Amino acid sequence: MSTATRRPAPDSPMAKLGGPAKWFDDRIGLAGLAKKQIRKVFPDHWSFMLGEIALWSFVILLITGVFLSLWFKPSMSEIDYNGTYAQLRGIKMSEAYASTLDISFDVRGGLLLRQMHHWAANIFLAGMTIHMLRIFFTGAFRKPREINWLIGLGMLMLGIIEGFAGYSLPDDLLSGTGLRIADGLIRSIPVVGTYLEFFIFGGQFPGDDFIPRLYIVHVLLIPGLLLALISAHMLILVYQKHTHWAGPGRTNRNVVGYPMLPIYAAKSGGFFFIVFGITALMGALMQINPIWMYGPYDPSQVTAGSQPDWYMGWLEGALRIMPNWETHVAGFTISWNVFIPGLAVMGFLFTLLALYPFVERWITGDQREHHVLDRPRNQPTRLGFGVAGITGYGLLWAAGGNDILATHLHLSLEAITWFMRFAIFIGPVVAFIIARRWAIALQRHDRESVMHGYETGVIVRSPEGAYSEIHSPISSERAYILTAHERRPKHSLVSREDVSGVRARKQGKERLRSRLSDFWFGDEIPKPTVSELEAAHEHTHEESPVVGDGHHVGIETGGQTGGDPFELDESTT
Amino acid sequence: MSSDFADGRVARAGKDNPDDIPPGQLPAPILANEPIPDPGLPAHEPRPTDVDSKLEKRAERQVAAMFGAATVLTLGFCVAYFAIDPHALIFGYGALHVTLGLTLGLAFLLIGLGAIQWAKKLMADNEIVEYRHSTSSSKEDQEEALTAFFVGADESGFGRRKMIRNSMIAAMGVLGLPAIVVLRDLGPLPGDLPEVTVWRKGIRVVNDVAGTPIKPADVEIGQLVNAEPAVFFEQRLPSGKVIPPKFEGAALEDAKAKAPVILVRMPPADIHPLPSRRNWGVNGILCYSKICTHVGCPISLWEQQTHQLQCPCHQSTFDLAHNGRVVFGPAARSLPQLPIGVDSEGYLIAMSGFHEPVGPSFWERG
Repeated sequence: MSTATRRPAPDSPMAKLGGPAKWFDDRIGLAGLAKKQIRKVFPDHWSFMLGEIALWSFVILLITGVFLSLWFKPSMSEIDYNGTYAQLRGIKMSEAYASTLDISFDVRGGLLLRQMHHWAANIFLAGMTIHMLRIFFTGAFRKPREINWLIGLGMLMLGIIEGFAGYSLPDDLLSGTGLRIADGLIRSIPVVGTYLEFFIFGGQFPGDDFIPRLYIVHVLLIPGLLLALISAHMLILVYQKHTHWAGPGRTNRNVVGYPMLPIYAAKSGGFFFIVFGITALMGALMQINPIWMYGPYDPSQVTAGSQPDWYMGWLEGALRIMPNWETHVAGFTISWNVFIPGLAVMGFLFTLLALYPFVERWITGDQREHHVLDRPRNQPTRLGFGVAGITGYGLLWAAGGNDILATHLHLSLEAITWFMRFAIFIGPVVAFIIARRWAIALQRHDRESVMHGYETGVIVRSPEGAYSEIHSPISSERAYILTAHERRPKHSLVSREDVSGVRARKQGKERLRSRLSDFWFGDEIPKPTVSELEAAHEHTHEESPVVGDGHHVGIETGGQTGGDPFELDESTT
Repeated sequence: MSSDFADGRVARAGKDNPDDIPPGQLPAPILANEPIPDPGLPAHEPRPTDVDSKLEKRAERQVAAMFGAATVLTLGFCVAYFAIDPHALIFGYGALHVTLGLTLGLAFLLIGLGAIQWAKKLMADNEIVEYRHSTSSSKEDQEEALTAFFVGADESGFGRRKMIRNSMIAAMGVLGLPAIVVLRDLGPLPGDLPEVTVWRKGIRVVNDVAGTPIKPADVEIGQLVNAEPAVFFEQRLPSGKVIPPKFEGAALEDAKAKAPVILVRMPPADIHPLPSRRNWGVNGILCYSKICTHVGCPISLWEQQTHQLQCPCHQSTFDLAHNGRVVFGPAARSLPQLPIGVDSEGYLIAMSGFHEPVGPSFWERG
């Protein structure tokens, strides 16, 4: 089918579209842009869908959020509850809490909207996090995509704050406890802590200004910023064209995939409906944040086993395992025990993530554009850092539930906390070493597959009585994929004699860079060269026996016996 | 600009010919010593629905059925909204809630699945090759842009007229100040508010739910009582006079964020008071702030054998037999203790306010 030149016949209904299209083009001249973008190519892979999960759940958040705002009253004025939920009748509570009860019990479909909104928030954060990991492990942050990496980090950070702001609005006992902790964190900021606290809360905690203020941040300020950043993220993506995986015919100079209209419009548009549908089913069947069970916020009460939403868990964990260090200097107090885990840890992680693309580029000296994704194993050091990060995050996350772990696993709470205090430093290092070695082992496996084929599991006995396993060649497409990555040159050190004394510092920096580069690429398994492959091929040729059904195994069978031809065959026989 | 491959794939180049890409922008294809040459895009294989009209018709019916069912479910949502009693239950769940969620969720799901089935089975599935062009602009464009900028900058005289430039930068710079200054009235200055509570000498320590005053005999050994200052509640004096609560609304919430206390009673022999605190308890009853010195959660997990009190939020643990000192967890400071005594009617009262600020640490706390 030729798709490029097909146009509707003049009398077909499609031709009628020309009228309105011309009307618009006469006024805003869109055809020039549209002609390129309507059939824009997007590559296809399941991992490219992770960012879409985040995008579509953000759309769901906007839709459900607009509906919720029609009934929610962001007010801390005290009222006597007199609504449908009998257990809380006659109890004093804020209007925010009462209106959330009304949404849950009196507005038809209100509970569904509330639960969809909350589930979508959790999915939004999860989608962004996993999308970020995909970008990290495949090297999609490399030139020219560093700006989109930074925009993405900004959205992740805003998303965390937005989520926290959202679940704090109903003013129930659980969210009030979260706000009380946030108040403690703000107070711990050296010098200006109490001033910030009083300005943010309009006086002492909790006061009656905070929920209305938080509301406008939650429904206008942060969503507006997110929307702007999402637009920039998408525009840059369209301009730079999507990355794709190495494969036959897929190079750094092209992009192979399906056109926006119709395939991507249908697939991606359809995926919005699927994300929406799943969120609605979750909202219908899976209870989340049943605020009527917690009761209204009362600063003198708390429930044991209080847990934040999942994306705050790692900060909660940091807060729990931090030793109780506090410094008193000249009549002033610095609460390291609160300030470090509560605020510095998040700043530290996001700074590391933001600097990472630039640090890697400096170490590897790679200034080129990259549009073909790395298989994670081909970047063992990067993989190691990523796994170390996941391990650290996971340990903090688990530490955030140390009381839950203790009660459910019948362990000592103190022992878990002490374990975590050390594990948070040791665990990532161990994970780094294991992941890096594992990746190198996988590289070795790839090399074996290319040179000797895959293990068939068929054991044969030679006339002399020796046993050996038959290896069968992998397809040429597969072999190409396994060898499509680049051989990486090591960063070479400028010889010392050439450097004058004035530039000694730079030389020191270069030496550090050279050492880091050695470590970065150290122990990598080089992919086979043509001559190595030929040698291996000869070897296989001699050893290769013929199995029972006349199916020749080994490279010499070429394309004759079905399966995939191993294309090197012709040049070596 | 477009050219078709023999098998129907369409190649499209941007306005830049890929061969014109300046070296260094995109890595040149390295062919020397590459073990496996690029086999090129695999040939397009027709799908079963491309060659079998029966399967094609079936796929068409499947997609239409999904869209049709979605329509029915969406209408079902509207009917259910009016037809189902909002308070009816089904298997313990709200019948209306579950019905609305299921109809809406399944309708969306079916639309999505239908669209994807359509794309996968019936829409043309020819892969298209599009060439990338260098992300950066051409050298000429870069130079022209810079030249245009410098011509404009030069015409403005921005570089030459230093007086105008500097005064403009200053004028723009101070514009940020009003935005910060007007934030001043977000709240009052802290003053000594973080350091004081409503506790004063003579205020009764009362039950936190009903506001009933507490006699020492009401507290048994091993027991923990959540308590608050009597001024939070309506008080009935012996004369029969009724005093209304001193706080309400936000003022009550603010006071409640600092003033809650707990009463615990332990055998007097177990208590190891500081010399200055020997007479701060009554018959083994001690009174401590309920607000954790870590980040301010109300503390309530009481282990009567060890006399330890644990915060449910971050597990800071305080030894109440040893003046509330920290024995575990992230809190740095002892739990503040409130000296208590007994009034003329035999009820527990505060003998003074707290001697130190309660709750989380802050810069000025010292």
